Amino acid sequence: MGFVPNTKAEQLEMLKTLGCSTIEDLFGDIPEELRLKRPLNLPEPLAEYQLIKYMTGLASKNKHLDHLVSFLGAGAYDHIVPSVIKHLVGRGEFLTAYTPYQAEISQGVLQAIFEFQTLIVELTNMEVANASMYDGASALAEAALLACNYTRRDKIGVPKNLHPEWLSIVKVYLESQDLEVIEIPYQLETGLIDLAALNPQLVSELAGIVVAQPNFFGGLEDVSAVAARVKDAGGLLIMAVDPLSLGLLKAPGDIGADIVVGDAGCLGSPISFGGPSVGFFAVSGKNLVRRMPGRIVGATTDAQGNTGYVLTLQTREQHIRREKATSNICTNQALNALIATIYLALLGKTGIKEVGYQCIQKANYLKQSLLKAGFKLRFNSLTFKEFVVQAELDWQKCNERLLEHGYLGGLPLAVVDEKLADSVLLSVTEARTKAEIDEFVALLRRYSNGV
Amino acid sequence: MEFNQQIPLLLDISTPDRTGYTLPELDVPEVELTELVPESLLRETEPQLPELSEVEVVRYFTNLSRRNYGVDVGFYPLGSCTMKYNPRMNEDIAALPGFSRIHPYQPEHTVQGALRLMYELDQYLAEIAGLAKSSLQPAAGAQGEYAGLLIIKAYHEARGEGEQRAEIIVPDSAHGTNPASAMMAGFTIKTVPSDERGGVNVAALKELVGPQTAGLMLTNPNTLGLFEDNIVEIAEIVHDAGGLLYYDGANANAILGITRPGDMGFDVVHFNLHKTFSTPHGGGGPGAGPIVVSEELVQFLPGPVVEKAEEGYYLAFPEKSIGRVKSFYGNFGVLVKAYAYIRHLGAEGLRQVSENAVLNANYLMHHLKNAYHLPYDRTCMHEFVLSGKWQKEFGVSTLDIAKRLLDYGIHAPTIYFPLIVEEAIMIEPTETESKATLDRFIQIMFTIAEEAKDNPEAVKAAPTTTPVGRLNETQAARNPILRRQAK
Repeated sequence: MGFVPNTKAEQLEMLKTLGCSTIEDLFGDIPEELRLKRPLNLPEPLAEYQLIKYMTGLASKNKHLDHLVSFLGAGAYDHIVPSVIKHLVGRGEFLTAYTPYQAEISQGVLQAIFEFQTLIVELTNMEVANASMYDGASALAEAALLACNYTRRDKIGVPKNLHPEWLSIVKVYLESQDLEVIEIPYQLETGLIDLAALNPQLVSELAGIVVAQPNFFGGLEDVSAVAARVKDAGGLLIMAVDPLSLGLLKAPGDIGADIVVGDAGCLGSPISFGGPSVGFFAVSGKNLVRRMPGRIVGATTDAQGNTGYVLTLQTREQHIRREKATSNICTNQALNALIATIYLALLGKTGIKEVGYQCIQKANYLKQSLLKAGFKLRFNSLTFKEFVVQAELDWQKCNERLLEHGYLGGLPLAVVDEKLADSVLLSVTEARTKAEIDEFVALLRRYSNGV
Repeated sequence: MEFNQQIPLLLDISTPDRTGYTLPELDVPEVELTELVPESLLRETEPQLPELSEVEVVRYFTNLSRRNYGVDVGFYPLGSCTMKYNPRMNEDIAALPGFSRIHPYQPEHTVQGALRLMYELDQYLAEIAGLAKSSLQPAAGAQGEYAGLLIIKAYHEARGEGEQRAEIIVPDSAHGTNPASAMMAGFTIKTVPSDERGGVNVAALKELVGPQTAGLMLTNPNTLGLFEDNIVEIAEIVHDAGGLLYYDGANANAILGITRPGDMGFDVVHFNLHKTFSTPHGGGGPGAGPIVVSEELVQFLPGPVVEKAEEGYYLAFPEKSIGRVKSFYGNFGVLVKAYAYIRHLGAEGLRQVSENAVLNANYLMHHLKNAYHLPYDRTCMHEFVLSGKWQKEFGVSTLDIAKRLLDYGIHAPTIYFPLIVEEAIMIEPTETESKATLDRFIQIMFTIAEEAKDNPEAVKAAPTTTPVGRLNETQAARNPILRRQAK
């Protein structure tokens, strides 16, 4: 049991070597009153066959995306995952290794991370990317901390049209270090950042401004306008981006972003109830690199001149700098970063454009179909793969009825903002078909007519 | 491809117009892209991503994997990391579409299986920790520490002592993550020295605590692999001063069903599911670092947590929650594997895990102390720390010994940690290694000790049988090349 290979006889032999008669003797340093005198109160063990049967039963209590047609997004998406990925990341040499401390026998993981850094840099057109973060939200929180640290300012501008979970995570991280999050409102007509709110006095006090491109409502921001304001005032431009949009949308590096973060779970990771995903973190220049959080892999050589890869710039990190480190992160999401690397290798230059193109075209088709069916758009901005629809409908109830037909409706926005109680956030990926979209619209039309 | 042949980067083997994917047909009417995205927002230069066929991608990554060492390849006694075998059935279970293909915002009644799993895992971890309730949200141990420290902060704030209690005490033997997490949580850090037996210096701790103390972070067994036998007194000292105790669960593989942090007096615990509970380390994550707290602290847990009502399981925010630290509900896929592990082993199996982890560690220590200096010669728990200082006299460093182990086909232990041991070699065999493997390791370590004496140059030149030789880390840091260089 417990995958313990040693037989009873071997255990006894080892104990004898140690001069012990029972295993209990090895726990003599634990004070008697602290020993647990009863078995842990846990369910009876299940052998492999029973366990798999039991777990399959538990899994079957969940309705899943193989059987549901999803128009639900808001940070987790039903994107297509190539089959190859699971077979490659399932290789034990990747799966069962840890952080590549011994570089000479970890060249596989190290080179894969070096590729991840390269591909993120290519996608974002930034200078340097790290080995990965827990997710997009915590990557953004660390970016905000870096900006405060770098500019020595204690306030950061974060738009209210950021994913509400990301916003609350950024607040937790900043407020724990007595830094302040200034919430920047969005325009009610467009859903985009209200540039009028960025008055010079306010901006001059900010370490940086965050722009989500696209924003939580799917809207495309005029990032350059924000960039001009924040950079003139000596702050940093931080962008949170959807990596699958970057085949089409202007690269953050071309807009002047200083730090770019995002969630790369959409690049091939299973949706898995929202995790594990993977965050990425890229910066524009040398000064920021030395303050970056997380692992970074660099190229070097051995004595024979062979190229090899190592963890580098480690004097930023917790195991060396302790409380003076740039972050406490150590274990990150290496396997999900490997997944993203394989995904990008498969899709390549044309695939990344095509996925983005399909998302925006299919989302636009749903949008136009809903408009024709009499629905209204909540915001009048251009959008990428998500948008907000408004109707006098009980969206919760509507979603329940959609479920009966095998459709997973959008996210009702009442939970996000009372003012959006009549609205729902819909998402369309490359996985959706015209037939699915048409039926979804037909069902929504039926419910809106009260049928 | 030869094992030691260098592998060119993806972009170096790319061929224009080659593709490795298929997508469904774009079956909706298309509109001009410029109608959907203003020209000013369109990308000008396309990203230089590789263009490869599927088979090229498969071979590239398969060949990369052959240049990597994992638990599946061989012995991996990396101290403090618990590199135990990762059961494959757990991979199959986590990949079931009912777990891997569910959306975090689906209506709760459509994910009752997932919520139940989280609810029960929360309870199992609370039982193992001897505490009240868990949050499964933190993505890794470091994030668990961070969340746990915010709970300690919130506790003091709720008592009107938030400003005053600004200090976290950390032993000099602690993981670097502890002080780094305390810094992230806005605390100042005080270091308590170790005593001559390798435990917390109790007299020094008494001097350090006071009305400014927010808490003490401790690993038990500590990073020397030794049980803090003064733990009851330590807990009393900290509690009497008004502080709380944080348990860094990185070393929990020694205590399952044997002793519980809650019973020792700890108020907040994090577990590393990727260490103690067998989920794979993935080359550096994803892990999971759930935290478990005492009754009094449940109200501060990060949300959402899973609660149970008659109608079923649901997500809720604790009353005075510190907020969120991670999107959605944590690394759910990892939670599934840890849950399956606990259900497979049950109470008796978990206890056997710890018993055998401790037996294996003591067996190695018993033999190896004849060839290497053992600075703290006591019964160890799941790991122990040797010093390479005898070998140092022959000019052979701990780094050299580590690299020589690679030549013998074994992953090196953790080295130069904890900082309080000169030339430290931290060895954690785990319970999933056989006596035969341990005996072979002992033989190899003896051979290296002999080599250090008789032929130090051979050890210093190591490794010579790996895909690359010893890599120049100074060069990497001085002249950072952090992405592929354009040819």
